[in-house]
Amino acid sequence: MPSAPSVASTRVAGAPQRAVDVEGLRRLRRRQRQWDRKAIGFVAPALLILVVFVLYPTLYALGISFTNASGFNVPELVGLDNYVRIFTSADTLRAIGNTLWYVVLYMPTTIACALAVAMLLNRSDLLMRGMMRTVIFVPFIISMAVAALAWGFIVDPHIGVLPYWLSRVGIHVPDLLSSPTWAMPTVVLVAVWKNFGYFMVIFLAGLQNVPRELYEAASIDGAGSWRRFLSVTLPGLRPTMTYVVVLVANGAFQAFDQIYIMTKGGPMRTTETVVYRVYSEGFTNFKMGEASALSFILMGLTLVVGVAQLVVSRRQERDM
Amino acid sequence: MAMTRSLSRPPSARGGGRRRHRLMGTVAANIAVLAVAVVAAFPILVVVVTALSPQQDVLSWPPALFPQSWTLSNVPGVFERLPVWQELGNTVMLSVSVTVLSLVLDSLMAYALAFIPFRGRSALFVTLIVTMMIPFQTLLVPLYKMLSAFGLVGTMVGMVIPRAADVMGIFLLRQFFIQIPQDLHNAARIDGASEFRIYRSIVLPNAAAGLLTLGMFNFIGNWNDMLWPMVMSNSAEERTLTAGLALLNGTSLGTIPYGVTMAGSLISVIPLVVVFAFIQKRFIEGVASTGIKG
Repeated sequence: MPSAPSVASTRVAGAPQRAVDVEGLRRLRRRQRQWDRKAIGFVAPALLILVVFVLYPTLYALGISFTNASGFNVPELVGLDNYVRIFTSADTLRAIGNTLWYVVLYMPTTIACALAVAMLLNRSDLLMRGMMRTVIFVPFIISMAVAALAWGFIVDPHIGVLPYWLSRVGIHVPDLLSSPTWAMPTVVLVAVWKNFGYFMVIFLAGLQNVPRELYEAASIDGAGSWRRFLSVTLPGLRPTMTYVVVLVANGAFQAFDQIYIMTKGGPMRTTETVVYRVYSEGFTNFKMGEASALSFILMGLTLVVGVAQLVVSRRQERDM
Repeated sequence: MAMTRSLSRPPSARGGGRRRHRLMGTVAANIAVLAVAVVAAFPILVVVVTALSPQQDVLSWPPALFPQSWTLSNVPGVFERLPVWQELGNTVMLSVSVTVLSLVLDSLMAYALAFIPFRGRSALFVTLIVTMMIPFQTLLVPLYKMLSAFGLVGTMVGMVIPRAADVMGIFLLRQFFIQIPQDLHNAARIDGASEFRIYRSIVLPNAAAGLLTLGMFNFIGNWNDMLWPMVMSNSAEERTLTAGLALLNGTSLGTIPYGVTMAGSLISVIPLVVVFAFIQKRFIEGVASTGIKG
């Protein structure tokens, strides 16, 4: 509405007004060029590294994925052979399936543990809150390699304390890492143990942003604790949740260390994930072409989850 | 009104049953958190105890949490199997160089993205987001080929340079930068300070928490990384301690020499825990503030 008179006034002003605009435009352009020049020094160093060591290698990997490169031969173009082989080989299809299984086990467990412990730690009646938070966070700074070694020892059927203690209370567990059923959940457990404290800290910060009055209002309306969790806590944590889900998903797709140390992809290839195959095909079997093609499939999987998460969080925002 | 459970009300305002109920909730919550803390700490305790146990106690059945006697004899075993000092040196070199380099390069880029309205900024922003979605494993094969063509496989330079900047770090710092009051910035610009001057004397000091957080992330991440140093090294002398431990575990046939492996693990973990102990409060707070704004 207020724009109408101003349009009329510029028309009345006519030529002189336009001359001023041109001068202003020129000044703007000059200032823009100054900004651009200033930015170069700030942007160039990191950009150089990222272009040379991330963007270029990604395109390079795409190129390699269409060849039979082994690291020793002169690579020849083989078209889509690597991709075709991946989608027709039982081993690689199983690796994709195992990766998805890992994600399905890991994501909800990690998020649920992190959120539950964050809500406990958020209580005002808790003793030694700071110390508890630190202790629960500490596994995050230990390497996955060490965590995997420690857990491998703990669940060892011959000398581990966990099978022994469980047997004392009447639960007889099989050799977890040699069991096709239990090896993957055990590997996931190690990752959950190592990482949930980190996400707990992030949730804890998110919980601080949920207004207290909303809880009180909900209580007055007669909402039970579960209802308050669903209607106040979860919506209040939405931005935090998006962030956590993206990080957890990325971590899940890239799991490698504990699988390498604890199971080497076994037993019967039940813990052989896509990343594990990228490594073993590329650096022990020297099928670099196939390894690159596999890594693009991994990227595809990651993107699908990333985009799905984006769509879901957009829809939730619309529903608000 | 009797149904309300407002935390701000003094407990004396209510009946004894309700108070007991509250108390039970408190006790249960404390026990639950304590249990979680024990589970979190337990494997670390196992590493320490096993590293200090003689081999026959480690292999005994039924397994006991604590050994009959304590020993340091596993430590020489680690030094026999691994070039510990050299690998520890490599680990420090890798972690420190990547941390320092990426703090500098990431913060420069983050400054431009936060404060300089240059042309192509939004295009760069989108490109960076896309780059962030590329899994590191995708780069493993081409990076190895590139670096071996340059003769950099097995060198510290080859291990460090590809990690000298990363998109996560750039976004993280930008997040911390844009929270700095814009007034400080404008005042400095009016006073005629150069952008670099503003970056160095205003933005960096005010984003200390962010720099500390990113620095710690990079330090821990590279200290603990296994796959990259494993791929990038030809011999034990070129490895980091974490990669060395992983391969030590991988090469031993039959039963794993748990005592020695745990002693090695302990050696690799202690320096990190010491660093963490000094800045843990601020680091954890930094981590917390990375998640708030997404």
